[in-house]
This record gives sequence, structure tokens and C-alpha cells, in this order.
Amino acid sequence: MSTGTAQSPLPAGLQDRPVVYELRGVSKTYKRRNVHALEKIDLRLTEGAFWGIIGSSGCGKSTLLKIMSGLLSPSEGSVVLSGKPVTGPRRDIGMMFQQPTLFPWRTSIENVVLPIEIRDGKEAAAAKHAAARALLELVGLKGFEQVYPNELSGGMAQRVAICRMLITEPTVLLLDEPFSALDELSRDFMDMELQRICKELNATAFLVTHSIPEAVILSDVVSVMSPRPGRIGATVTIDLPRPRTLDMMTEPHFGALVRQIRGLLDKGAFL
Amino acid sequence: MTSELPAVTTSVAPQTVWTEEVHWLDRIPRSVAMLLLLGVFVGVWQAVYTLRLISPIIMPSPLETVIDIVTVAINLLTGDYMLRALWITTQEVLVGFIIAVVLGFLLGLLVGETAFGERAVMPYLVGINAAPKVAFAPLFVSWLGFGIASKIALSAFVAIFPIIVGTAAGIHAADQNARMLFRTMGATRWQTLTKLKLPYGMPHFFGGLKNAAVLVVVGAVVGEFLGGGKGFGELIRMAASMINTPRVFALILFLSLLGLGMFWAVIHAQRKLIFWHRETVADEMFE
Repeated sequence: MSTGTAQSPLPAGLQDRPVVYELRGVSKTYKRRNVHALEKIDLRLTEGAFWGIIGSSGCGKSTLLKIMSGLLSPSEGSVVLSGKPVTGPRRDIGMMFQQPTLFPWRTSIENVVLPIEIRDGKEAAAAKHAAARALLELVGLKGFEQVYPNELSGGMAQRVAICRMLITEPTVLLLDEPFSALDELSRDFMDMELQRICKELNATAFLVTHSIPEAVILSDVVSVMSPRPGRIGATVTIDLPRPRTLDMMTEPHFGALVRQIRGLLDKGAFL
Repeated sequence: MTSELPAVTTSVAPQTVWTEEVHWLDRIPRSVAMLLLLGVFVGVWQAVYTLRLISPIIMPSPLETVIDIVTVAINLLTGDYMLRALWITTQEVLVGFIIAVVLGFLLGLLVGETAFGERAVMPYLVGINAAPKVAFAPLFVSWLGFGIASKIALSAFVAIFPIIVGTAAGIHAADQNARMLFRTMGATRWQTLTKLKLPYGMPHFFGGLKNAAVLVVVGAVVGEFLGGGKGFGELIRMAASMINTPRVFALILFLSLLGLGMFWAVIHAQRKLIFWHRETVADEMFE
């Protein structure tokens, strides 16, 4: 375990990969409400890395995600993705929320190609139907292409949302508590799906979650965020071998990592 | 890991199949319940008439009323003067409704989508909406005359507000995540409006339309009461002035059918357009 960001906390295999996402000294102050939401966040994600962030509600996680996705400007600092500064929404960023946020008047496949329709028009979206079908198959939704979201279960809807995020082939995935609305069983299953997809696409991912086990089972590195102002406290390297399995959750080392992170949270986050 | 449970020694219990008790009143099917209530209503009415609790001049018997309903129905079916009057009122209602929908939608867009509309236009709309709108009827008559135009104007004026409110509320209905998602996808304002806000707002918009469909008939009839003309409202006014109470009842009944028809049309359009939305109890009555 290493605290601070002087050296990269990423596991050895990921350290020398090219840097995808870099945040330097990112701070955010909401002047009108005089809220200091983020303070000097430094992050460095290399290609293929999975970074988890744990923090209590109101620790500035969503502000951080909005800044990373180009929805909000930082008050200070810089955000660089693939060598280009982030100054607005970018098509190489894929985002997912706690709710699937599917549109009920569109079938599964129409929901998946929506980002293409928005960016490049209806014809481009129609041309992407084959790719969308392949993605739906990848997440186990073959045969559900023409089904409306009302008829999907929570887990299925969230899988359609994953496909929608992936259709633009983003370089980085920003995941805002993506499975916290699901029941425990679906959630474990979806975590494994997500791992598989990330491996298959060599995706770089940034996950915000409330669940310590979820963060541990998915991530290469887990950072603990503390509130008011939001800052990244301790960072823990997760040295569980990949691919991860649900069985690992019963291993003593997994338990030790969870305990370590919980200890860090107890120290700083709930003041 | 499974272990045998010690055998239960007591005798096998009888089956505990049971059904929840439903009050007999709640078990009556809709058609029977409706007829039952109608029967009670007519019975009380007949009693009031027979006992002369109210002067028969202003309170006719159920039978007299039914006879008059049939008379009016025959007049309408044979295309007599009543049908011409109904046609005039129907025209007022339809044209008034179309004007209210088009203008109300545009104003709702202005108020719901633009900050200027919300800041500058909205306060005035709230102010006008608070005024008793039918009080404007004499103004419309003096501006547009005693013909059909002044009634159309009043009915559109009365019906437009729920449509404005429904449209504006609909535009604000899209949830925060969906908006954020559209921003991350780099959607333009127009795309966000047409692909997100308007579809999301459809149920609100149709809520406004349903109110408007009923109000537009009110507007047309009040317009006829206050501005003359040759519509159904005028027939009612004349019948009332001759204390022909059964006729008034009969005419009101057929006027209600016009309102019901408007309501039904809106609900069917809603079914077609927002197939994904759960329907309300009022809609289900039109199954």
C-alpha cells in the first residue's frame, strides 16, 4: 500500500503502460454557495487500468466525475485525456450511472445506438446496428434487440446501458455507482460481466462506488475519498490475481484488503 | 450438509387454503354498479317529483326528461335545426381546440425551454390564468362580433392554459441523469429537446390536453350564452328562458357527449403516441 501519489500505486504490470487519463491539482469551488467540493486531486490512469474510488455520500465524487467527463470545468488544475485537454464532452469518454437511464420509447437496440444517432445522425446509427447487435450479444442479451426497456429486468436494463456506453468505442469508462440499484446477486454477476468486458476491450475504467467488496473485486487500485473538501486520501493497491472470481471474496487476503479500506474510511471519511 | 429433521408427530393439519374477504359492494362489476347507481338516482328523483318536494315547473319528472331526450335525439338524427346548432358548436369546439393546442404548445415551449420565457412570459401567463377567463367573453364579442369567431376565441382562450402548463412541465420532466447523458453525448439543444425533453414530457402534455378537451366545450357554450349565435348554447338558453327544464336537461346531456368525444379522442391519440406510459384510472374507463 502506498499513500499519496508520489509514485504510482498501480500494480507493476500497469505502471509502464501509456497514460490515458491524467488529473493534476484539480480543485473545485462553488463560489455562489461557498462550497469547496474538491481539493487538489491528482490521478494517473494508464491504459487498461481499473481504478476504484470509495467515499461516503457528498464527498465530491459526482463533482469529480462531472469534471472528468467534461461536463463541468475545474476551478483549478488540469484534466488531460489521451494527450488532449478535456474542455467539454468528449466522444472518447463512456459514462454510466446508477440508473440505466434508458429511454422507454426506444427499443434496446435503438437505445444502444442513440449516442451514434446524436453525433452522426440517423444513417450512421442504422449502419451501427450490426455492432450494437454484437455488443448486446456480448452482454448476453441476444434476442432482446427489439424489446422495450419496460420489459427488461433491472440487470438487463443496466446491461443495455453498458452497450450504449461501449458503442462509441470510448477509451475510458466512467462508472458512477453503476450497479448499486441492483440486488446483491445481480450485482455480483454484473461485476464479473464488467470485468470480462473491460478485459476484452482493454478498457481503462474509473469506478465510483459505495461498496468496498465491489471496488476490491474489480479494481487494480482503490482510493479512499474524504469529504469537505473532497480529496483523495489513502490509495490501496489490489494485488489479487486476474481474472478475478467471486470465490476470491471468501479468501482471507480479500477480507484483509476490505478491512484495510474500511479502516481508512473510518479514520477520515465520516467526520 | 442436509440433515433429516425429526419427524413431526402431530397429525397432518387440514389444508389452509383461504381467500381474502372482499366486501360485496366491491364485487359488483362495473356495468351493474353503474346501472345500480343510475337506478338509485332516478328513484330519488321520481320520489322528489311524486312528493312534490320541488315545484314540477322547475323540476320535471324522469319520464318527461327521457321523452325530451328522445325528442332531441330524433331531431339530431333527422338532421333538423338542432343538428345544425350542434354542428356550429362542434366547429367552435374543434377549431378552438386546434388553436389552443398549437398556440399552447408554442407558448409552453417558450416558457419551458427558454430562460427568457420563464422569466418574462411566465409571470404574465400566471396572472392571466388567475383571472376568471370567461369574463373576457364580452370583449371577444365586441372584437370579433356575434358570429362563430368570438366563440372560437373564447374556447381557445379557456383551453390554452392547461396546455401551456402541461407542455412546460413536460419539458422540465426529463430526469437529471438523462440530461447529463445527453450532454456527455454532445447533443445539441435541438436534439436534447426533440429526442429527450419532448418525448419525456408527452404524458404531461397529454394531461394538459385532457383538461383542455373538456374546457374547450365550456368556453364554446359560455361564449354562446353571452354572445348569442346559433349554437347549442343558444338552444339551452332559449329553453331555460321558457322554463322548458326537460329540454335543458336533454340538451346538456348531448353537449356532455361532445365533451366526452373530445376526451376520448385525446386518450386514443395518447395511446398511439405514448405507448410506453402507464395509464391512469380515467383512461382505463375508455377501454
